Amino acid sequence: MDEIMKDTGQGHSPEEKEGAENKAKKKDAAEISRRGFLLGTAAAIGGTALLGSYRNAYASKDLSGWPDRFGCLTDLSACVGYRSCEAACNEANHLPKPDVPFDEVAVFKAKRRPTVNAYTVVNQYKNPKDESKPIYRKVQCNHCNEPACASACPIHAYTKTPEGPVLYDPEKCFGCRYCMIACPFYVPAYDYESALKPKIVKCVMCSEIIKKGGIPACANACPVGAITFGKRSELIKLARKKIADAPDKYIDHIYGENEVGGTSWMYISGVPFEQLDFPTNLPNKPLIEETKGFLGSVPVVFTVWPALFGTVYAALRHREKLDKGNTHEKEEEKK
Amino acid sequence: MNDVSPEKTENFRSWFMDKLLMGMSWPEYSRKLLTPFNIVAAIVLSIGLPVLVMRAVQGLASVTHASNEYPWGLLLGWGLFGGVPLSATGFVMGTAYYIFGFREYKPLVRLGILIGFLGYLFAVIYLLTDLGRPWRIYYPMIMGFGTASVLFLVAWHVATYLTVQFLEFSESLLEWINSRRVYKWATMMTIGMTIAGIILSTLHQSALGAMFLLTPGKLHPLWFSSYIPIFFLSSSIYAALAQVIVVSTLVAKFMKNATDNDFLKNLDRLTIGLGQGALIGMFVYFFLKLIGVAHDDNWYLLATPYGKWFLVEILGFLLLPAAVLTYGVKKSSAGIVRFGAFYAVLGIIVNRINVSIIAFNWNLPDHLHHIIPPWQESAIVAAVFVIHILVFRWIVNRMPVVREQPEYKGLH
Repeated sequence: MDEIMKDTGQGHSPEEKEGAENKAKKKDAAEISRRGFLLGTAAAIGGTALLGSYRNAYASKDLSGWPDRFGCLTDLSACVGYRSCEAACNEANHLPKPDVPFDEVAVFKAKRRPTVNAYTVVNQYKNPKDESKPIYRKVQCNHCNEPACASACPIHAYTKTPEGPVLYDPEKCFGCRYCMIACPFYVPAYDYESALKPKIVKCVMCSEIIKKGGIPACANACPVGAITFGKRSELIKLARKKIADAPDKYIDHIYGENEVGGTSWMYISGVPFEQLDFPTNLPNKPLIEETKGFLGSVPVVFTVWPALFGTVYAALRHREKLDKGNTHEKEEEKK
Repeated sequence: MNDVSPEKTENFRSWFMDKLLMGMSWPEYSRKLLTPFNIVAAIVLSIGLPVLVMRAVQGLASVTHASNEYPWGLLLGWGLFGGVPLSATGFVMGTAYYIFGFREYKPLVRLGILIGFLGYLFAVIYLLTDLGRPWRIYYPMIMGFGTASVLFLVAWHVATYLTVQFLEFSESLLEWINSRRVYKWATMMTIGMTIAGIILSTLHQSALGAMFLLTPGKLHPLWFSSYIPIFFLSSSIYAALAQVIVVSTLVAKFMKNATDNDFLKNLDRLTIGLGQGALIGMFVYFFLKLIGVAHDDNWYLLATPYGKWFLVEILGFLLLPAAVLTYGVKKSSAGIVRFGAFYAVLGIIVNRINVSIIAFNWNLPDHLHHIIPPWQESAIVAAVFVIHILVFRWIVNRMPVVREQPEYKGLH
């Protein structure tokens, strides 16, 4: 029965899936204790205890992020392109008024991106199923679980807060813009116009508001409820349920659940994400994982190189000394 | 301090002016400055320096594309990513001479160290031009430690290595101003500094490549590879050897007065030796690149437009110069080796521009149109490059770099 459900991958509720997961966990636990028993008898004393603590220490390194972090779920099939989120964001973050008003539909002619004056923008895409109903995609910072921008910053100007938002401190930044290079979603914008105080600008998930128990301005403003704010873990359950309840309406993918290690802002959609300019070539592990190996080699180089090259140098000196001795002896012989 | 006589001050003044003007009088010296190269340099600077002032006053938007998709352009693609591998000369020549004992390369060791020192210095200058708030350049050392950042490592290593290279080069400087006591101290730390140079160079040459490990979605898969730190490191070694050939060729041709007989007499033979080293490095790097393609099973991408460009880089700018070098070494022709070295240096620049500019963001619409630098950015790059050459020439003309100071022979 379990096997069949896995194969179809659809049509079971989160509760059912959790039940299956629990069953698997219990099976694992049984496996562990049986193995523990065997080892324990073999090692006679303390074997299981040691193994247990070792296992825990190992497991604790595999952090899956702040447990109660918040996030948003954007249902792209619900969005109708009112851009009230853009207007609300503009007001909540005290950004300059745009040249074109927020109800001007002509902005959809070009694809836009977040800039120093807009933390979020909505773009329009053709709907392959029904041309009369275009699809709208809201773009803003996705607040990754393990943000590449934060791993890129040499001055630690970025923080992943326990509440979920990824925040940036302009007081630390010297403007290298490596965070912009690293961001897989092309989110951070730079204030190139400023000569004296240029800084990175990006969505903050209305961090101040959510700390006080409120919800982000864009989510609050959406007239069709396309953005749901909540605990990330709950949002994933909700997204699964939505997909399960209407398998014809949604494609079976929650964008941001696993991409680059998961993001706080996630999406469900009726059309494949690559048709909406979502990067679909990203790994599921956090981007920093690639650099960890390299950074791990640094202390090794610092310790091994001096010994290695010092030895080569010593060998050379030794050889030179021997050579000198030899020529000296030869000269003596000649005399 | 009251007993410093006016006479003594006058003596020091004339000694100092003598050093700066290379023993010429002012009118004589300024007449000597009127050369075709200097006129070209003056024109480049008269365009580039005002643009640099504009950048300082009006911000980066006035001189770059100011793009949020393309945060880095020619300033870093050329100045940092292109310049740093060609500045591995100090570490490569220092290691070969002091650690591995290639004693006959002595006439080229100081040249290698000077190219390296200035290369890093000017990489930092390009970086300062590109940083949004350059006056905060020291922030990674004080304000916050981004220990998970590869750029944090690069910042620390470039700063430390710049100091190390200055200390390595100080021998020439101290001979020039004839400061025997300090000179003794400087020669005592040579081995320590050389080993420090190996550590710092191997790490940050590879770190420049490792910076792109964060961008698997943006850098074209043929250039993105988990091997990219090793690619950058191994190619910097042959780049350094080729660069020493290139610069020594130019020095021997245009700055003969600054050289001595030892340098000129041995140069052809040493050039062939360096060429031999470079070609081995190039074949090693070539096979590493092949392993990179095989590791990710990217063969199918070679038939795409970017794949063809990748083949142009690998065959036309790597295998072909390596073949030229091989032919030159086999024929014992310094001329052919020199040609191969110029070609190899060009190839390195092509590779670094590919990684940092051409293959980066390859999947964005209108990509190739976006990467053409605005003239202002190019003007700054040209001006900084000219200053780089002028500073190099100023030092080589005055200090014992490609010649030996008779009084110090055998001391270092």
